[in-house]
Amino acid sequence: MNPELGLFALALALPVALVQSIVPLIGAQRRDAALMAVAGPAALAQMLLIGTAFAALTQAFIASDFSVMNVYQNSHTAKPLLYKISGVWGNHEGSLLLWVSILAVFGAAVAAFGDGLPDRLKARALAVQGLIGAGFLSFILFTSNPFLRIDPAPVQGMGLNPLLQDPGLAFHPPMLYLGYVGFSMAFSFAVAALLEGRVDAAWARWVRPWTLAAWSFLTVGIGLGSWWAYYELGWGGWWFWDPVENASFIPWLTGTALLHSAIVVEKREALKSWTILLAIITFSLSLLGTFLVRSGILTSVHAFAADPTRGVFVLVLLAIAVGGSLTLYAIRAPTLEPGGLFAPVSRESGLLINNLFLTTAAATVLLGTLYPLIAEALELGKLSVGAPYFNTVFIPLMVPMVLLMGIGPMMAWKRSDLAGILGRLKGALAAVAIVFAIALAMSGVAIVDIAGAAGIALATWLFSSSFIEWAGRVRLFKGAPTDTWRRVRALPRASHGMTVAHMGMAILIVGVSGSSAWKQENILTMAAGEKVTVAGYEITFNGAELIQGPNYESLQGTFSAKRGGSSIPLTPERRVYDQPVQQTTEAAIHTAFWADLYVVLGDGPTADGRYVVRAYFEPFVPFLWYGILMMGFGGVISLSDRRHRIGAPRRAPAAAEPAEV
Amino acid sequence: MAEVETKRSVGRWTAILPVIVVALLVGAFAKRLMDVEGGQDPSLVPSVLLNTPAPNIDLPPLPDRGAGLATADLKKEVSLVNIWGSWCIACLSEHPLLMDVAGQNDIPLHGIAWRDDPTASVRWLARNGDPYDLIGQDPVSEAAIAFGVTGAPETFVVDADGIIRYKHIGPITPDVWTNTIAPLVEQLRQ
Repeated sequence: MNPELGLFALALALPVALVQSIVPLIGAQRRDAALMAVAGPAALAQMLLIGTAFAALTQAFIASDFSVMNVYQNSHTAKPLLYKISGVWGNHEGSLLLWVSILAVFGAAVAAFGDGLPDRLKARALAVQGLIGAGFLSFILFTSNPFLRIDPAPVQGMGLNPLLQDPGLAFHPPMLYLGYVGFSMAFSFAVAALLEGRVDAAWARWVRPWTLAAWSFLTVGIGLGSWWAYYELGWGGWWFWDPVENASFIPWLTGTALLHSAIVVEKREALKSWTILLAIITFSLSLLGTFLVRSGILTSVHAFAADPTRGVFVLVLLAIAVGGSLTLYAIRAPTLEPGGLFAPVSRESGLLINNLFLTTAAATVLLGTLYPLIAEALELGKLSVGAPYFNTVFIPLMVPMVLLMGIGPMMAWKRSDLAGILGRLKGALAAVAIVFAIALAMSGVAIVDIAGAAGIALATWLFSSSFIEWAGRVRLFKGAPTDTWRRVRALPRASHGMTVAHMGMAILIVGVSGSSAWKQENILTMAAGEKVTVAGYEITFNGAELIQGPNYESLQGTFSAKRGGSSIPLTPERRVYDQPVQQTTEAAIHTAFWADLYVVLGDGPTADGRYVVRAYFEPFVPFLWYGILMMGFGGVISLSDRRHRIGAPRRAPAAAEPAEV
Repeated sequence: MAEVETKRSVGRWTAILPVIVVALLVGAFAKRLMDVEGGQDPSLVPSVLLNTPAPNIDLPPLPDRGAGLATADLKKEVSLVNIWGSWCIACLSEHPLLMDVAGQNDIPLHGIAWRDDPTASVRWLARNGDPYDLIGQDPVSEAAIAFGVTGAPETFVVDADGIIRYKHIGPITPDVWTNTIAPLVEQLRQ
């Protein structure tokens, strides 16, 4: 395929996107079925065109066509195939192309499978998708053309940043984008509902699967990023509260809130305007994330391709999308019908309080991330906000939320009985006390030990109460096994999904608390033959040698760790890539189910052959990855719930004529 | 137990609040972007030593080299101070550029051999070439701490009055040299 073909397809996608947005909007306004029907085919055409462009760029990368500027700047013939492909989105232009490609696929999915949707809602939602697409397509075409040619073509490319040549990071951006763009569907449906002036249970049921899918992808995407930082940056940390990490975490927090508030709209028709606002905010924060990374207004270890001119374009795009939708919200939200009634102690209240905690947490992280910027705009001087701020404000918000997570799923809609629920959770309370005591007995009574044990006790609370709730639903051990099995099968997948995701969260909390409290580290210089002991492991340094990789030269250290009988080989590396010349650290990590032994080869050798060696014992870090995978898996289980697949919800006949624009 | 009831979904004024917050944020971003475009360094926390006099140091020389490096040496003309070590692989990647700079320019380039064994430093320079005018040994990070060094290599531009005007973290790339450091040195010399 030819790069020009890709560019033409992309240029053609822009007018198609404009048609997709303008014609159906007019059609929905005039109730003209013919005009509204344009939306579907336009969305499919857009997918084909953008798909062609994406395929053309991918092909240029695979074939190492260095006459394309983007390939020349980000690829190299000696690069393994996986990283030639991931090089497509490992740069600014290509990652934007991936962004619109996913958007187009989602839009086409609504067009193809959204038969149950009311015509006007579908037309308007697709129109809003078209508008977002048009915005991003013009951004690509006018400021970031991925198909720019160079003449004469260079013989060899400049190579991809070696930090990005990594399996974790190869799939991190697509996962994040699937999340971000998935939230664009919730946004489009929210704006369509505001235009229509109507939000009801059916609306929430259409929005929920998109939100769930987006949330699951974003969860796994953030997890991959964290995993990458853990094994690649070589400091044994897994979360740095870096602006770019926060940029993906803030929409995750509001997206989680949206996931839960949409349930209230679906079941009880309450919290409608709040849910609409959350849908708008979540996507806006995803856009803000893109803006922060692309514009260079915040510096970060992750920011690549910072360019202020592009920043202006994204800012204008952001102002139109966010400002426009929120203005529409300001006009329309007060006219939405009020929702159902509920008592202060009820499932609705529980979910509302969960929303308050999550959005407050999102706001504090956002404030911490933007504060340096705001302070500078107000001329209060340059400053940075680091982990101490985030830990101080974030943990106190999460602890009560997790306590509530144990109770919430047991609460009845409308009005609930707190005493009865706590009675059922006696077993969970007992488990908490036992685990707390064991954790203290095994660690000690220093402040960090108590904090770590408290974190694990909190996780025990969440895990055991989630289990008790699930066991109660299926009457585990209460009736015949066949009866229990029948109930397991009959219980909606969404309930199973919730239990798995909440338990995953509990396991994640074990990872967070345990690794923060009981990490051990030893930094020293070693010569071949010397030994060091970390957390009961006796680590012997056997020496280091230069080895040659496909596109790097590596200084590989050989260590063997011993605890009890068998000896574990560990081979940390320090690589120097040749194109571009850059050094990376490859930590050697040995995972023993619940803990990691983590060894990094640092500077050296000195004149007398000594190397700096950093050895870490990282307890419970694997639980982070188990927990995140479980959460994502819970989302997928919930997504497979039959009510999202079969019998697309029919809308109740409208009580009154919906408001006109 | 009282039931929670709202007359309307959301109040008029409450509904307008999000737009106002966003408008303020967009304003702050726009100002920031203009600053960045106006050439302001986007790094959030620059070296606190920027535009302050270079710290007091008096470092011993490497074996077989005449003089070490002292603060007084930095007060004669515009100069560069490069932090390096024979153990530092990134310094090796920066080295050819420093050799070019030393060969083609008359800007004094001083080195601080940080946390290094003097014989290893000398051997390294013999093998890779020696671009430095003066070199001071800093085995216990005395100068590195005073300069606020975060890692090697790191390069400071010091003006003729001995005031630090610029700090570059990491290897100097040809791009950084041509677009940032060389013009700055030119400007400081006038």
